Amino acid sequence: MTTITVYDAMAQALAEEMRRDARVLMFGEGVATKRTELLAEFGSARVRNTPLAEGIIAGTAVGAAATGLRPVIDLLFAPFLCYAMDELVNSAGKLRYLSGGQFEFPLVAIAMTGAGWAVGSQHNHNIEAWFAHAPGLKVVMPSNASDFKGLLKAAIRDDNPVLFFVDIGLLYQPGEVPDGETLVPLGQAAIARPGQDVTLISYAKTVPVCLQAADALAAEGISAEVIDLRTIKPLDEATVLAAARRTGRVVVVHEASRTCGVGAEIAALVAEHAFDSLKAPLRRVTGPDAPPPASYALEQAFVPSVDAVVEAAHQLSAASRR
Amino acid sequence: MNTVSPTAAARSTPSSPVIPRLDQPEALLEAMLLIRAYELRLSTHSAQSGTPGTCTAVGQEAAAVGVVSALTADDLILTNHRSAGHLLARGADPGRMMAEVLGRRDGYCKGKSGSLHISVRELGVVLTSTIVGGELSLATGVALSQTMLGRPGIVACFFGDGAAGEGIFHESLNLAAVWKLPILYVCENNQWQAFVHRRETMVGESVAAWAAPYGIASATVDGNDVEAVSAAARAATDSIRDTGKPFLLELSTYRLRGHFEPDDQAYVNAAELAAWQARDPIERMKTRLLAGGGFTAGDLDGIGTRVAARIDAAMAFAEASPWPDATELLTDIYA
Repeated sequence: MTTITVYDAMAQALAEEMRRDARVLMFGEGVATKRTELLAEFGSARVRNTPLAEGIIAGTAVGAAATGLRPVIDLLFAPFLCYAMDELVNSAGKLRYLSGGQFEFPLVAIAMTGAGWAVGSQHNHNIEAWFAHAPGLKVVMPSNASDFKGLLKAAIRDDNPVLFFVDIGLLYQPGEVPDGETLVPLGQAAIARPGQDVTLISYAKTVPVCLQAADALAAEGISAEVIDLRTIKPLDEATVLAAARRTGRVVVVHEASRTCGVGAEIAALVAEHAFDSLKAPLRRVTGPDAPPPASYALEQAFVPSVDAVVEAAHQLSAASRR
Repeated sequence: MNTVSPTAAARSTPSSPVIPRLDQPEALLEAMLLIRAYELRLSTHSAQSGTPGTCTAVGQEAAAVGVVSALTADDLILTNHRSAGHLLARGADPGRMMAEVLGRRDGYCKGKSGSLHISVRELGVVLTSTIVGGELSLATGVALSQTMLGRPGIVACFFGDGAAGEGIFHESLNLAAVWKLPILYVCENNQWQAFVHRRETMVGESVAAWAAPYGIASATVDGNDVEAVSAAARAATDSIRDTGKPFLLELSTYRLRGHFEPDDQAYVNAAELAAWQARDPIERMKTRLLAGGGFTAGDLDGIGTRVAARIDAAMAFAEASPWPDATELLTDIYA
């Protein structure tokens, strides 16, 4: 094990995959300027700066992916994906299907989001659920350095378009990364902490929030399990349902706004398939239906807190119907 | 039909697809006639049977055939919702295309595309987007693959004057110029942007003029003269192969039918429509061949008969093709 930051874990993943496969290339806004190690090793054909034009960055990736390359694009901040929606949703997500399976679109689109840099809602907007709702795409949002590396490598090797969201607040968080080859399959959640009394389901920056909440709950004698979804689409339904059946008490936690968010999907999934196991109604602890503000104080208030998660777990325990 | 269509034969005997040589006047005319007959047959079929209406390019056949005639088998094509001409000129089987339009199993895309997004990888028609401008966003990446993977072919991207109003047109041209991508941008300026005349949406007459600020060479040619289009497209592709840089070829033409079928065209100026009908690219080519090309009226009738028989067989093939199995609903979503 080596302890490195999320940023460095991603850099390792990119370098290893570019070394492994000459078809992998990376381009985007400032990619060649900032990723100087990649530029030095792989050259200016495979590590490229682009105009500040997300539509053509994404479209170029989609066209390249359909014809033999495996592009990774950096679109900087998630709200900028609005300029690339046609290319990602209408082209990358649909043209395989519409062509009757004639084409594959192996590409990875990286974008940052989340509270932490006080940049306001045109740079911080957790829109991962938008893409989960779009057919043909995969959506990844890791929580720790090891998963960032393993999931990014798996995303680059995947033959489908993958949206890879980087929670800004995690970017310089250190974490242990295994030495040697590290691959984390897409679509597999992780049990970040085992527990028997209540299940906290989350992804990205709110996984550490849930782990802290689990510590606090443990001090009170409540054993909380923490599930890290890691991949939002395809969703690891089996792990979610097994957890719901195991504890009968589920709290879903995410920073994205509540309405039609990932938590709503999980609530529906549990209600459809594990209702009889529930000892209390599922709870969601999420960001509000508001644009994320810039003010640090307001931005922090936007994010689900440890206290809010602990409180939700308390309510579930109190409301237990059997 | 009591004859075995060429398509059925092709399906039962796997063979490499044939990209037709469009290097003789007769072949150019026949390709245009095939496109016209294909589109009119589907229009009639839609009116009679209630099958989905298509977006035709009737009147624009010279643009499609002329440009495709200048491409090599290595070249790749991206197109849009008004794509039948590009596909047929490239050698797509009209029976499989009609089956696609009817949503049948033997369509090139298993019926999942319908008329709007047909692509045929084996013919190098690699991507088709019906989002106006979508093809412009994808062409840069296809050209990047050609360059980085050391492939010889260039990329021809067909779009209309409507797409030139999209921001992505400008993003595409700029990146292609900066990265020196081998793209032939083909603007089929058919004067209509869905239901709005181009005159209402742009100042000036020419999309080609928008290439120069990006450092891209361009030419404008009479899009209803198939030989002129072919010559201009050859000059353009020569330029791209010589310089490695993109080129924008604008073809001045006219959409003689509506935005999609059916469309009463009540919004069309009758005098303008009549003026362009008088410049019908097929009639002009016929007149030229009769006047000095060594062709007789009987020769041309023979071509027409051949085309009509192909379209009859194609329609019969499409109508006989089964619906896709319901299990196809959930295939081809992910690789």
